[in-house]
Amino acid sequence: MGTFSIHVNGKIHSVTTDDDTPLLWVLRDELQYVGTKYGCGIGQCGACTVHIDGKATRSCSTPISDIKDAKIVTIEGLSENGNHPVQEAWKQVDVPQCGYCQAGQMMTAAAFIEENPNPTTPEIRQAMHGNICRCGTYNSIEKAVALAAKQD
Amino acid sequence: MTTQEQNKFSRRGFIKTASLVSGGMIIGFNFFTSCDSDIPLEVIDLAKLDYNEFNAYIQISNAGKVTIFSPNPEIGQGVKTSMPMLIAEELDVPWSDVRVVQGKWDSDNYKDQFAGGSEGIMRAWEPLRQTGATAKQMLINAAAARWGVSPDECHAKEGVIHHPSGKKLGYGEVVLEAAQLEVPEGLTLKEPKDFTIIGTEKHNVDNDKITTGQPLYGLDYREEGMYFAHVMRPPAFGQVIDTMDDSAARNIAGVVDVVQFDNKIAVIASNNWTAMKGKKALNVTWKTGSPLESTDLHNEKMVEILNANVDSKEFTNMRKDGDVALAFTEADLVVERMYETPFKPHNCLEPMNFFAHVTDEEVRLVGPVQTPEWTANRVAKLLERDINEVKLEMTRMGGGFGRRLYGDFALEAAEISNLTKLPVSVVFSREDDMTAGTYRPAMKYKMKASIKDNKITGYHVTEAGITDNMYDLIPNFFPAGSIPNYQVDVANYQSNISVGAWRAPVTNFHAVAEQSFFDELATTLRKDPVKLKLELLDIAAENPEEQRLFDPERFKGVIDLVVQKSNWGNPTEGRFQGFASYFCHNTHVAEVVEIEMINEKPVVKKVYCAIDCGIVVNPLGAVNQVKGGIIDGIGNALFGELKFTDGKPDADNFHAYRMIRMNETPDIEVHFVQNNISPTGLGEPALPPVGAAVNNAIFAATGRRLTKIPFQQYFA
Repeated sequence: MGTFSIHVNGKIHSVTTDDDTPLLWVLRDELQYVGTKYGCGIGQCGACTVHIDGKATRSCSTPISDIKDAKIVTIEGLSENGNHPVQEAWKQVDVPQCGYCQAGQMMTAAAFIEENPNPTTPEIRQAMHGNICRCGTYNSIEKAVALAAKQD
Repeated sequence: MTTQEQNKFSRRGFIKTASLVSGGMIIGFNFFTSCDSDIPLEVIDLAKLDYNEFNAYIQISNAGKVTIFSPNPEIGQGVKTSMPMLIAEELDVPWSDVRVVQGKWDSDNYKDQFAGGSEGIMRAWEPLRQTGATAKQMLINAAAARWGVSPDECHAKEGVIHHPSGKKLGYGEVVLEAAQLEVPEGLTLKEPKDFTIIGTEKHNVDNDKITTGQPLYGLDYREEGMYFAHVMRPPAFGQVIDTMDDSAARNIAGVVDVVQFDNKIAVIASNNWTAMKGKKALNVTWKTGSPLESTDLHNEKMVEILNANVDSKEFTNMRKDGDVALAFTEADLVVERMYETPFKPHNCLEPMNFFAHVTDEEVRLVGPVQTPEWTANRVAKLLERDINEVKLEMTRMGGGFGRRLYGDFALEAAEISNLTKLPVSVVFSREDDMTAGTYRPAMKYKMKASIKDNKITGYHVTEAGITDNMYDLIPNFFPAGSIPNYQVDVANYQSNISVGAWRAPVTNFHAVAEQSFFDELATTLRKDPVKLKLELLDIAAENPEEQRLFDPERFKGVIDLVVQKSNWGNPTEGRFQGFASYFCHNTHVAEVVEIEMINEKPVVKKVYCAIDCGIVVNPLGAVNQVKGGIIDGIGNALFGELKFTDGKPDADNFHAYRMIRMNETPDIEVHFVQNNISPTGLGEPALPPVGAAVNNAIFAATGRRLTKIPFQQYFA
């Protein structure tokens, strides 16, 4: 058990919890950032993806004790008004079906187009293949990532 | 009525006094009316009176903004958008003025509150439009009364009531009067040509919340003082608790209680991680309570069934036309194949969960469930409580696919809260979700056909299931009426592994087996499979029968459309095509799949789908449903398999259970047949045939007929 100061969405939060608590559960249960989703707990589905110092990271497999001074951004902090190019593209293409995986998809996509502003279709398909969508919105995600990259 | 009089209404004074008297299917929906004379009137500021409840579905604010309560559970099938569209169309309000709110479980006011069978829009089509039309007529009547004219002289459009004199009133200006009026009956609904909302592309109403991570799902439900429970269930089907020591779990800081119930142990803690740790710290030994079954045993039992005499008592005959035995005896050629599918978990991305708080006064339930009414009733029975004490709210669901029909998770939550008296959310880990499922059971078909004089003269389907068999509509699907000697017999092996509905139950594999088999029959007859199907449908058209649900002409319509769109028979260099068509959930579907063989493995590159579901309410959402069904169907045909060893599932998470991913997904083109026929199902029908179309494309590429799902086993 320890007390950790973590930087989430531009704010410093103090959390007292076990050292091995995954960031996912700190976000969801301690800080009430429930936008980051639990899907598998073993880094296989990508529903829990957040940005840690700008890199798309599986929060379910990242213990709180590893965070230190890193800056975390969750879906709630991706933009101030919900208008990040990825969020806009997701709405325009009407990507979500059940919507549960989409926060993780968007966080993966946002980090990806930051690194690769002009992605090809095969690059998009490769970059997004770590995120499972059980509803099968993959065609729409592909389209939305391309659209977001164009607008970014 | 004057503004002054309006001011007398007390907000709290609105009560339900009138209910819709007949109106066909909308019996029981309460229209909300008038002031209650028992409550002292108070002068209120109308500007502060935000929403007036018009009925259980509609609230209209004084400024004319409309709230529509979407009655049915939303599992990703899009009813939270499309059902309110039905009301808004007939209410005649601008969609931009509509706000949608999820309705709670409310059997008094809503009908058919469940998600299953692709029936939502089909069942709601008339009643929800009637609801909108009724409210609109009451608003017109109120305006006419205020103007002292006949309602027949008035009309309403886009939230405004007009009179030829030029007078007009917004809905919000007359809603209070309208709500007091008699409920009209027998209203005429719009002609499809006059639709302004139905048939137009409307975005998912929850998109803003989903894209910003707002709480929506069961797992997001939070309230002050709530706890989280993680439950230890038997690791293998057939096992029961022998000994249990919870002392280590109880010693973990944050664990507040451990309770044993119904062969399960729940660890309750202040957060999920602590509850998970507590569960791991339980020291439980298990003993065998009933046989521990393995996949090998299931396969053996199902093969035994398929080899048995269908006249024996274990079999149920589902349909018998002519004499198949005679057809086989007289045939020039008999073709026979066995098709096999394994167990499959649903793998909703949001694992099962539910919140319950049981107190002396009430049983409060919140969470994702496809069957709110059935679940609430079972909870009432379990806890021996009056059903009126049970309140249930549905959250948006992170997928359903049939898994959330069963409500077992809600019963667990209710039981745990009842034992501990704590407000508690039961959360399944992914491992719990995959290993304590209500699986799509394994199934095998024996398909046997006779050919004489280059015609199919007999067709016999024998189905071996686990615990369950096909439902009785299926034998009346294709090829009923097309083949003179046609018989369907089913039997099953009773297992202790829990099974249930899985998106397009039974047909999700029946279609694969049947449409692969008919492709083989076409090859045997040296005929194009499309041509064979069209010929058989022509024969069916000549033999009309009441119990047959498909329409041969509509069936041919989707086939013609997909042939045209896919350029069937002329694939580009390196591509191989496969065709399949199927009817289920009242909807006709035809699909053409194109694959390439890359490193000697089939890669699905393109899917063309033509579909006839009647009027398409929301084309944007409809395309999403069809594409989703196709991707689900491909993924499950190629990869889906859950085996059991000694009662225990071999896979418990996504590292061991392969799900289709973006880089394995083809481009999909969806084409709807345009007509003005009332809508039918759409969440499921696109799924069943696609596995067969993939299989038939693999045959075109390799000359191999695959008979076992998942197909990946042939290309390891």
